Amino acid sequence: MDEMIRHILEILENDARASSEEIAALTGMSAQEISQTIAKLEETGVIRHYKTIVDWDLVGENYVYAVIELKVTLERNQGYQAIAERIYKFPEVRSVRLLSGDYDISLTVRGKSMKDVAFFVAEKIATLDQVQSTSTHFVLKTYKEDGVILHEPELIKRLPVSI
Amino acid sequence: MRPPCDPSKFVAEAVKSIPPSGIRRFFDLVSGLEDIISLGVGEPDFITPWHIREMCIHSLEKGQTSYTSNSGLPELRDELTRTYYRRYGLDYDPASEILITTGVSEALDIAIRAVVNPGDEVIVVQPSYVAYVPSVILAGGKPVIVSTHRDDDFSLTAEALKPAITSKTKAIVLNFPNNPTGAIMEQEGMEDIADLVVENDLFVISDEVYECLTYEGTHVPFSSLEGMKDRTVMLNGFSKAYAMTGLRLGFAMGAPDIIHSMMMIHQYSMLCAPITAQVGAIEALRNGKGEMERMVREYDRRRHFIVKGFNSIGLECFNPKGAFYAFPYIGDTGLSSSDFAERLLNEKRVVTIPGDVFGEAGEGFLRCAYAASLDDLRKAIERMGDFVDGLKQ
Repeated sequence: MDEMIRHILEILENDARASSEEIAALTGMSAQEISQTIAKLEETGVIRHYKTIVDWDLVGENYVYAVIELKVTLERNQGYQAIAERIYKFPEVRSVRLLSGDYDISLTVRGKSMKDVAFFVAEKIATLDQVQSTSTHFVLKTYKEDGVILHEPELIKRLPVSI
Repeated sequence: MRPPCDPSKFVAEAVKSIPPSGIRRFFDLVSGLEDIISLGVGEPDFITPWHIREMCIHSLEKGQTSYTSNSGLPELRDELTRTYYRRYGLDYDPASEILITTGVSEALDIAIRAVVNPGDEVIVVQPSYVAYVPSVILAGGKPVIVSTHRDDDFSLTAEALKPAITSKTKAIVLNFPNNPTGAIMEQEGMEDIADLVVENDLFVISDEVYECLTYEGTHVPFSSLEGMKDRTVMLNGFSKAYAMTGLRLGFAMGAPDIIHSMMMIHQYSMLCAPITAQVGAIEALRNGKGEMERMVREYDRRRHFIVKGFNSIGLECFNPKGAFYAFPYIGDTGLSSSDFAERLLNEKRVVTIPGDVFGEAGEGFLRCAYAASLDDLRKAIERMGDFVDGLKQ
């Protein structure tokens, strides 16, 4: 990979709001070159999406998250893609992953309450033909989300002057 | 009653002859001030990567708290041999050519003591790290200063070095990538130095602690030049590359005679480097490349930012290709380095280090460490811009 592209992606992965001018100052390229490179990265799908990680708890919006493990039966001529698509179209479903091991698919579901999530799983997921079984694990606390630690780390102080 | 005494008379002459550190006073000025932004530090602002800290913790849990071999843990020396062979094709025998030390500071002290006889001249290239001159003096040697200049991008030229060499010259201390300038040496220039070293039968003490922080081109260890391996002791450490300053771990690599002599001093003074840090260092060499390179890329971005920033506020700044320091020129403002730094601190609360702390050749410059958060760098440039504008009025 081109070193410059790596720099741009690292900067944006860390701060999606970094402007072309800011990235230019950090890389020695011109702002125009940066905009063009980013446009190309967006076009080719390297950059998928810009998003914000929100700690909803802090504004009193106490969402409930659950990780659901699914065992599925595959139908003839249909791979995992078909069942994954059926599932990921529900907005309640935040992520869908195909896994190796004891079960096949793992979902993260978000709801307003435990009841909300439980009913969603019971009514919408467990009833799908291909789904053999579900196992629901409610999330009690999130410590780290997508590389971001969700609490204030203690600051370590350095000496202000050292040679 | 026994008479009172003046204990200062017991202080050895060699210690008294060490010039006072320009930095001490500055340190006192800073303490107690609020809202300061510091570009005055000589260490990474990153914390040691977790996998390294975790290894240290695990070793403590296991109870690994004993002495190690004087030379350092054999596994660590083996890893160093492998690492330097892989990086540069250098082949150091882990049993006889590597010594693990308590930081590069100790390695420097014992390397100089191992080779310098009283009266020997040791060439110190400045601007450079502040410990070289005192270490030479404490070993009974005579420091001879050779200056590098902005016109040469602060790299050492054979023309500058040649006149300083006398029949008494024993060794030369090199420090590239350089603290405080951020300069590196190109291989061509180093070959010229190597020719002079052979012609005059000199020994080279090469402090390469910023080796991994090289942003343009690749680092060339002085010992990797043809014929230089036995004439050079490379001093290096984990502080800068792996953000392990407080763990105090360095190493020296060189010819068996030199390493053995250093070990003779080390075994009766330090005995061995701290075992916890050595365990961390093994982990750093085995699995730390990814995290280290991530930090280096981050420094590289800040480097672009700060150099551009200084040039934009009218402080001409040469392009530092290594370490994590920018060295802007402030001579055009009419202020000396220390006046500039002191007024900048008092009026704008930005800590920088006056260049003359690193030798007379640093007068007219400021050392600004960009091992600080981007937010701090942004604010520092803004405040320094205001300060420079204020001087013009």
